[in-house]
Amino acid sequence: MTATPDTWVKSERQLARERARRRAGIRNGSLAAASTIVFLAVVVGGVLASPGWPSVQDKFFDWGEFKGAFPDVLDGFWMNVRIFLIAEPVILVLGLLVALARGLRNPLFFPLRALAVLYTDVFRGIPTILLVFMIGFGLPALRLQGLPTDPAVLGGGALVLSYGAYVAEVFRAGIESIHPSQRSAARSLGLSQAQALRFVVLPQAVRRVVPPLLNDFASLQKDTALVGTLGVVEALRQAQIHSAEDFNYTPYLAAAVLFIALTVPMARFTDHLAARAERRRAPGGK
Amino acid sequence: MSGPLLEVEGLWKTYHAHPVLRGVDLKVDAHEVVCLIGASGSGKSTLLRCVNLLEEVDDGAITLDGDEITAPGADPDEVRKRIGMVFQSYNLFPHMSVLDNITLAPVRVHRRGRREAEERARELLERFGLADKAAEYPDRLSGGQQQRVAIIRAMACDPSLLLLDEVTSALDPELVTEVMGIIRELKDQGMTMILATHEMGFARDIADTVCFLSDGVLLERGPAEQIFTEPREPRTREFLRRVLASRRL
Repeated sequence: MTATPDTWVKSERQLARERARRRAGIRNGSLAAASTIVFLAVVVGGVLASPGWPSVQDKFFDWGEFKGAFPDVLDGFWMNVRIFLIAEPVILVLGLLVALARGLRNPLFFPLRALAVLYTDVFRGIPTILLVFMIGFGLPALRLQGLPTDPAVLGGGALVLSYGAYVAEVFRAGIESIHPSQRSAARSLGLSQAQALRFVVLPQAVRRVVPPLLNDFASLQKDTALVGTLGVVEALRQAQIHSAEDFNYTPYLAAAVLFIALTVPMARFTDHLAARAERRRAPGGK
Repeated sequence: MSGPLLEVEGLWKTYHAHPVLRGVDLKVDAHEVVCLIGASGSGKSTLLRCVNLLEEVDDGAITLDGDEITAPGADPDEVRKRIGMVFQSYNLFPHMSVLDNITLAPVRVHRRGRREAEERARELLERFGLADKAAEYPDRLSGGQQQRVAIIRAMACDPSLLLLDEVTSALDPELVTEVMGIIRELKDQGMTMILATHEMGFARDIADTVCFLSDGVLLERGPAEQIFTEPREPRTREFLRRVLASRRL
């Protein structure tokens, strides 16, 4: 019988094809499961069978130590979260301003442009921990009136300067990725250069750089631990204090778990945004 | 007022010492439709971009309504308020709805109220059969619909001159006619237009005047009928013969 669009009954051939696909699906699933189990068995078995495992278990995976240190480490972690939450918006603003300054074409603003280039070059080049030291210890040593002396503020400031340079480059890449024809179209409608940037180029650029920005912020969340080197009591520092009491490293594990708990949702959110952008680009997607 | 709406005199444009326009003269009267024809790279698009000041001219002068727009102190933004332009690849703003694409310039450049601008935009969409697309985003439209929106976007600023740069070249053949329809309607309303086009049949049909460009020189200019039936210049004849051979006429 010939199938018309209204009376489509799947042909024998199609039914056989679908049966074959189902069989292949089941086979693939079982293969993946089996190989994962074997892989885990080898890794876990290897670690557990290693000669040093009993002492490692004792030093790194001590449940009693974990429970004892966790409340203090969590308390310290609150400091990391605060530094992160305050630094992040400042970094976004600074990065955007620097990126915009680099795009200025008016000769009047040449010094601003040069300053922006110098800033990104210098602060992307300095290791973050070095910057934290220089600002955390160097700035108070100047004994200038009105400068903050709180190490958490100084450390946060160092992170802002370092990450601001990275984020500025991310914004700049986003701005430059917008096709010049978009600017032409905006200018042809009579929009000024600033208006074309504000209404046409920037909104598209910002959307495009959200995933790389979130990636930078996952990195910033971890780097808040560097502020601990200035004596600020945050998660890593708390773990250090606990571990120094009896030379057990399990408190570090507690800190690691907390950092992971913060960055993993961020990573998944980034993936989600990227996937959504991908779907939107696909024909017929929303 | 008397005199042509647009006057191009001795226009030169070079890219990296390579001349693209070599002393082009062109006059366009109010309500006139001028078609620029010629091979790819003959300078049609560059001429349009120069008129809209998207390119800096290297010599010569362009006068719009009696004002020299290429004068040293002239403000390009002011000039572009009076000239609309439509591009080959539509260049709609993908992050804005159709309605926002159309109202952006009226609101931000011409300082019209949002409500007034939206009313006018909806009116134009209605007239050109796109009333149901106001809230859509450009990616969801066909090429023909996008290009019609681009034309409406340019018209929403009430320009005194409309430049159309190969506006049907990126379209599938069955979508070309809907864009041509909107251009014909604009002609009937008395819109002054300059079109760069490869659609010879359309040029013949719609143009008051046809200009043939070859290697950056405006070689021949005349009424559409004359250019297509008895071109004077051998190069024009050769160009039209080749176009005819490719069955685009």
